[in-house]
Amino acid sequence: MKIDPVIQLTGVIKDYGSEEFATTALHGINLTVYKGDFIAITGPSGSGKSTLLNIIGLLDTATSGTYLLNEKDVTKINEDQQAYIRNREIGFVFQSFNLLKRVNVLENVILPSIYTGTNKTEREKRAKELLIKVGLEDHIYKKPNQLSGGQQQRVAIARALMNEPSLILADEPTGNLDTASGNEIMTIVKDLNRQGKTIIMITHENDIAKQAKKLVQIKDGKVL
Amino acid sequence: MNIAEYFRLSINALMANKMRSILTTLGVIIGVFSVILLVSLGSGLQSYITNQISELGSNILFVIPGKIGGTSGPGETVNRLTLTNVKYLSERLQGIALVSPQIGKTTTIKFANKSNKNTNIWGVSANFPDIIKTKIIKGTFFTKSQEKNGSKVVVIGPTIVKNLFPNTDPIGKKITISGGKYTIIGLSASRGSSFGQNQDNIVVIPFTAAKKQFSIDIANQIYLSANSPALVNLVKKRAKEVLLTRLDEEDFTIMGQEQILSTVTNITNVLTIALGGIAAISLLVGGIGVMNIMLVSVTERTKEIGLRKALGARRQDILTQFLLEAVMLSLLGGTIGILLGIGASMIVAVFFVAVVTPWSVILAFLFSVAVGVIFGMTPAIRASKLSPIEALRYE
Ligand SMILES: Nc1ncnc2c1ncn2[C@@H]1O[C@H](COP(=O)(O)OP(=O)(O)OP(=O)(O)O)[C@@H](O)[C@H]1O
Ligand SMILES: [Mg+2]
Repeated sequence: MKIDPVIQLTGVIKDYGSEEFATTALHGINLTVYKGDFIAITGPSGSGKSTLLNIIGLLDTATSGTYLLNEKDVTKINEDQQAYIRNREIGFVFQSFNLLKRVNVLENVILPSIYTGTNKTEREKRAKELLIKVGLEDHIYKKPNQLSGGQQQRVAIARALMNEPSLILADEPTGNLDTASGNEIMTIVKDLNRQGKTIIMITHENDIAKQAKKLVQIKDGKVL
Repeated sequence: MNIAEYFRLSINALMANKMRSILTTLGVIIGVFSVILLVSLGSGLQSYITNQISELGSNILFVIPGKIGGTSGPGETVNRLTLTNVKYLSERLQGIALVSPQIGKTTTIKFANKSNKNTNIWGVSANFPDIIKTKIIKGTFFTKSQEKNGSKVVVIGPTIVKNLFPNTDPIGKKITISGGKYTIIGLSASRGSSFGQNQDNIVVIPFTAAKKQFSIDIANQIYLSANSPALVNLVKKRAKEVLLTRLDEEDFTIMGQEQILSTVTNITNVLTIALGGIAAISLLVGGIGVMNIMLVSVTERTKEIGLRKALGARRQDILTQFLLEAVMLSLLGGTIGILLGIGASMIVAVFFVAVVTPWSVILAFLFSVAVGVIFGMTPAIRASKLSPIEALRYE
């Protein structure tokens, strides 16, 4: 049985800045990710891991190279189409959680779905289910700053799952957490992978990286 | 995303920063409030003055000495409106208009040991009440024969009653005007004041008596009253012809109510517009306040914008949210400003004059919407153009 590639990167180059201060963060990346993969990206600081993940997540665009997402060339689509894909097909988890401080946990989880246009009661129901799934049923109406780091990251995961994306991108999701909270997050992430989500995760920690199915090492903007 | 959703987003954002939202709104409130109040004052003043002039009656014409708009001002010419000329005019206009001179001066009048200063002594004809509305609240006006005989009789205004006869009935009493003793035969009703001049500190006597008393022969002005509104133009034309047989063009001006009205309206229009203009500046300042806050808000929420974009917000979603925030701030400010402005105008109207004009309310409303859209646009566009990753990285 042939497994479809979800992501196909060929010769992806990313240059930052112009002329004098130009740096090349990615020097021709080739990477294929299949459905159901669980990839850990490791590498030294400044090697280009985040840059790569941001390009995969359509938060940033490559300077050159091709990027096929679900066999569709996404380097040539417009901003609104990119937003559409970010909204429905990709879930992000950031190192610094990136929750909206002024709204409660439930509203934070709901956030992606307001740009989807699903009905209000339905989305609240789904957000609550997700919060139960990540073990936060007692914190639904709290503000993010009333939660621990590990709890905040679980809110972020619930948010990433809100629109049922097939692809989860996590940039050092355990980077700001202690080992125990980190392990809790990893348990959830592994569980998601088991349920069929494709996961790409950046990490510095070997213990974490080991839990992934595949390891991709990056150095100086190249896949080793 | 539907419109209710956008509203909810914007309201949430505004509520998160209540104090700042209130202060921004305040700028617009003050702007809209002052536009409405000042324009109301201007138009109130205008309608007040217009009413005062209309009360004169539409049949009225005035002959005043000198030429308005001529080479020499009214004050510079020799007043040649002699009583002989008045009499001549009166005869020639017989059947189409009533004519009365007004001669006399301003002086102190006395009763017993009391005196009343700066009283206007008006020597007029017996037909005066038929020309200028004069309500006699007690007693009578003087008669044609009293006019002919130069009787020393007087009709006094409310100010004189108040000052000289606080407790007694003035009718039948004798007051001293320039040494002459005059018997009070009537009391006139209050006319209020117009153009800053007290219209109640007036006594009216037969012009024949005034002529003798003050040894003057020249009328300060001549009142004409056409027998019907349709005759006003004819009377004006005839009066001019008649007077020109005895006087030069430069010696007199005949003015109708309409001319006075249009002159005064021009002045008050300018006044209203000037007041409105001053207020509009404060509205502009309010608008700049909205823009300032929106710019701060965009900068402050750059990370939030990045996050929303990362989660799937399109450029137009961000644009709509920020634009709505700005529009709601200014609309809220505009509405409160309108209510306060109308309220204040109504309160002012009790003590002074103020008329709320619909156009000023509409203008203020549209202006506050425009303020929101125009001043909210720049920050909103800026916010929507941010690239997701750059906005997310912003600290
Ligand atoms: N916005 C930017 N402008 C200019 N250079 C940038 C920008 N973002 C990243 N870089 C550069 O690109 C290179 C890769 O950065 P990147 O953030 O991808 O590294 P990383 O592997 O994620 O590092 P870390 O492990 O520290 O997070 C670095 O040299 C960095 O300085
Ligand atoms: Mg990084």
